[in-house]
Amino acid sequence: MIPGSFSYHRPASVADAVKLLSDLGEDARPLAGGHSLVPMMKLRLATPAHLVDLHGIAALKGIRRDGNNLVIGAMTTQHDLLASDEVGKSVPILHEAALLIADPQVRYRGTIGGNVANGDPGNDMPALMMTLGVAYRLEGPGGVRDVAAADFYQGAYFTALEPGEILTSVLVPVPAAGHGYAYEKLKRKVGDYATAAAAVVLTMAGGKVATCTIGLTNVHETPLLATDAANAVIGTSLDAATMKKAAEAAEAIMSPAADARGPIEYRKHVGGIMVTRALQRAAARAK
Amino acid sequence: MNDMTPTREQREAVLEGMGCKRKRVEDIRFTQGKGNYVDDVKLPGMLHGDFVRSPHPHARVKKIDDSEALKVPGVLAVITAETLKTVNLAWMPTLAGDVQMVLADGKVLFQNQEVAFVVATDRYAADDGINKVVVEYEPLPPLVDPFKSMDADAPVLREDLAGKTTGAHGPRKHHNHIFEWTVGDKELTDAAFKKAEVTIKEMISYHRTHPSPLETCQCVCSFDKIKGELTIWGTFQAPHVIRTVVSLIAKLPEQKIHVIAPDIGGGFGNKVGAYPGYICAAVASIVTGKPVKWVEDRIENLTATSFARDYHMTTEIAATKEGKVTGLRVHVLADHGAFDACADPSKWPAGFFNIVTGSYDFPTAHLAVDGVYTNKAPGGVAYRCSFRVTEAAYCIERAMDILAQKLNMDPAELRLKNFIKPEQFPYHSALGWEYDSGDYHTAMRKMMETTGYAALRKEQAEKRAAFARGETREIMGLGVSFFTEIVGAGPSKNCDILGIAMFDSCEIRMHPTGAGIARMGTKSQGQGHETTWAQIIATEIGIPADNIQVEEGNTDTAPYGLGTYGSRSTPVAGAAIAMAARKIKAKAQMIAAYKLEVHEDDLEWDIDGFRVKGLPEKFMSMKDICWAAYNAVPPGMEPGLEAVSYYDPPNMTYPFGAYLCVMDIDVDTGVYKVRRFYALDDCGTRINPMIIEGQVHGGLTEAFAIAMGQEIRYDETGNVVTGSFMDFFMPTAVETPHWETDFTVTPSPHHPIGAKGVGESPNVGGVPAFSNAVNDAFSFLGATHIQMPHDYWRNWKAAKDLGAVA
Repeated sequence: MIPGSFSYHRPASVADAVKLLSDLGEDARPLAGGHSLVPMMKLRLATPAHLVDLHGIAALKGIRRDGNNLVIGAMTTQHDLLASDEVGKSVPILHEAALLIADPQVRYRGTIGGNVANGDPGNDMPALMMTLGVAYRLEGPGGVRDVAAADFYQGAYFTALEPGEILTSVLVPVPAAGHGYAYEKLKRKVGDYATAAAAVVLTMAGGKVATCTIGLTNVHETPLLATDAANAVIGTSLDAATMKKAAEAAEAIMSPAADARGPIEYRKHVGGIMVTRALQRAAARAK
Repeated sequence: MNDMTPTREQREAVLEGMGCKRKRVEDIRFTQGKGNYVDDVKLPGMLHGDFVRSPHPHARVKKIDDSEALKVPGVLAVITAETLKTVNLAWMPTLAGDVQMVLADGKVLFQNQEVAFVVATDRYAADDGINKVVVEYEPLPPLVDPFKSMDADAPVLREDLAGKTTGAHGPRKHHNHIFEWTVGDKELTDAAFKKAEVTIKEMISYHRTHPSPLETCQCVCSFDKIKGELTIWGTFQAPHVIRTVVSLIAKLPEQKIHVIAPDIGGGFGNKVGAYPGYICAAVASIVTGKPVKWVEDRIENLTATSFARDYHMTTEIAATKEGKVTGLRVHVLADHGAFDACADPSKWPAGFFNIVTGSYDFPTAHLAVDGVYTNKAPGGVAYRCSFRVTEAAYCIERAMDILAQKLNMDPAELRLKNFIKPEQFPYHSALGWEYDSGDYHTAMRKMMETTGYAALRKEQAEKRAAFARGETREIMGLGVSFFTEIVGAGPSKNCDILGIAMFDSCEIRMHPTGAGIARMGTKSQGQGHETTWAQIIATEIGIPADNIQVEEGNTDTAPYGLGTYGSRSTPVAGAAIAMAARKIKAKAQMIAAYKLEVHEDDLEWDIDGFRVKGLPEKFMSMKDICWAAYNAVPPGMEPGLEAVSYYDPPNMTYPFGAYLCVMDIDVDTGVYKVRRFYALDDCGTRINPMIIEGQVHGGLTEAFAIAMGQEIRYDETGNVVTGSFMDFFMPTAVETPHWETDFTVTPSPHHPIGAKGVGESPNVGGVPAFSNAVNDAFSFLGATHIQMPHDYWRNWKAAKDLGAVA
């Protein structure tokens, strides 16, 4: 568990970082909190010749309100998210999910940008970002562009990032006032990836579900939006038959790997349960 | 006497002797990051070694090409079996009478086996070198399932044993067979089963797991060519034995070998035996003339150094209709991996597994253990356990629950009915042990009363009815466990390691000012010896524990001892400490008599000194006696005040305990919650109640881990799939349940202070409590025995198999 040798770079601006990554090419990797990349380097599963550390770029840190969006800098740590009253007030599901990520030590280092940009299907934030309808701001040699989280993930560790591009912030549309939300995560222990997890954001009107989105973590090689499951509950009062239908619709799009967390059948089964439990909790919270 | 004279209570309190919750003195440095571990040892010019390991579980090694590795800047040498053959060290003896490859000699027998040792100027260069060593393998069919190891067409694993029909422990039946060990009266036992009114039979597996101490195995070896001396700093639970073994296999005179075990970050049995890293680092130091450090990483520790358990126990009990046990028959298939590197006393191929009759009065029993080779990492160490006692306790405690279920009896009642009675001690078990003492009924009843056992059973019945009515998806289990341990290896009449009797030792040297230093043959890895050993001395000779420096682990200064494992330190070294202290006290009494001008017999001991009987003002404190011992001894007496004791215990000690686990399981997800865990331990005389409580907490946490998910698992092709803490369950404080501890005190009749050892009890008793809770939860749905580990998905699968989940 000793990494190979690499050169270390610490640019002070996004432009410098983009230039470095463009010039150094495929042998260079940006370094955020390092909780995915560094362990892979220690196992020599990743052997970048250059590490471009983004910690020197002040502009990448911070949380601000911009109209109906909450703009979160990529280098904002999970701890920063949890410490933000603004996040707690306007997008409380981010607090609920961040608290389920690893432990305080990891949350002091781990960043929102690293979490969503790495394309690790085990990470919690990507499915949440899809559920919230977030856009990622990417900056590269070709300029700035925004990509919807829902269009960003192409496969395990494969994303829409082009060579030389850095994810610089996430733009979170603030959900409607009185929305209900829940992130249900089954994990074996603190620090573990989800056996299965589901994010739900919904609004209720007259005792019935008015709007609903559902995201799924670690039950496929990418995070998923469970659109059929969400559609199945809209207009209902979440009766038992609807819940069953929603769980089945969600399970239908899951294709988890068998691993120490359990066989495929189990991971799908509990994936369905996470969906129903998240729906129940979210509905109970909605005003 | 004036007002300043301390009271008796004050004089006793200042000693901080036995029974005191003295704070751990070692924690002052540990909590400030000032411990001194092997990896803190940094010597001038020190080199670093690391291993090329096999990706294959079974393969022939065709060629090792180190030419590119030697071109890596900083890489100085690549050591292979061929190098080691020049010093006759390609293979090494194991503690179990087998031999083990140090580096792959012609073939590899398990994944991550050591193939070559790269020596470099720093750890990074060593790892760069590893990646440049090219090894050509010819894969061979792997043998993973121990139940197939003795099939006629099973692959031959140990070609070095070809034609050897006898091993270290008798005849071998098959090319993958290591030994068969039988104990007990087969005829009588078979007869008991023939006429039994009720019998049960179940194959109870105790899966492979790993001690996984926080600090992995490591060493620094430094060979001084001029003096011809080898110094080894290592994570050794038994430093003296390591010195002797090194002397024997490296053919170095024992006085030229200095073994130092500094602070150790947990052992749990992982650090008893010798590993290839030690041999390679020593050879590398001899070859290069420089100190060489070897430090395992976590993957290496989990996948290559000694595992624990992997016992598959076919268990039968014969009983009457009323639930009186009449016979026990157990057959064990023991998976030892590629080499039998089990760390047991040499004459005991299955350790003390014949304690499997447990706490019950079995009139007859028979046990047979077959050890076999597979393509897995070698070992079979006692993970927080006294030599296979955990396996034995799990086997009998699970089987007693199965019998209770068959008889439709409460498991606690069944145990009470069959316990060895207090008046039967010393009790001779059907499988050959003499239990020194016990009062099982009192302990069990105290557990039942304190936990409200009857009310919990009532609640369980109500929950089961509610489950049947579809009102809840949660089931409730009560896990009863009553264990008897056997610790304190051991009496020289039946315990040795490679011929060295398993005594232990203590040397106490008092200084003129009433302080002293004490050294033992044991080695603390977290047990708190620096604290507790001084407490024994404080009570025995009346010198405050704070004034006694305790030192262990340096073979040049400490007296020879067999080390710390198998809960043997208090039963053996603890006795030696008391005996050495009593020698000090005897001499002190002569000095006091001389100074107080009376006959020795006219003196009586009074907390911290001697008093003339009937003349309370004539008193000499131990502190003053220490001064006199160096400056004013009686004519004809040698000055000084020191003593050594080597203690060969007359018997083992037999701690016991009654545990209860209350667990709730959500059948839909398999998620469990340990609602309550109560542990009553009887370890005889209690030296430091706080340290005992800490030991119980730690042992229960490991028991929880093992029962509920911690395993070393191989896939069907021999790949080890649990090589990191991502998959090997290591609970954090968040997952760990709350522990309620309690005790009774039944002193050991043969131990000088009546103490028994406790470090491993909670692991021994804890695992069956958790597993019985899970099994008890599912029993009303028709389950008889569900194999460990009981992680979430397996609980769900059990529910599904029983029809409780669609």
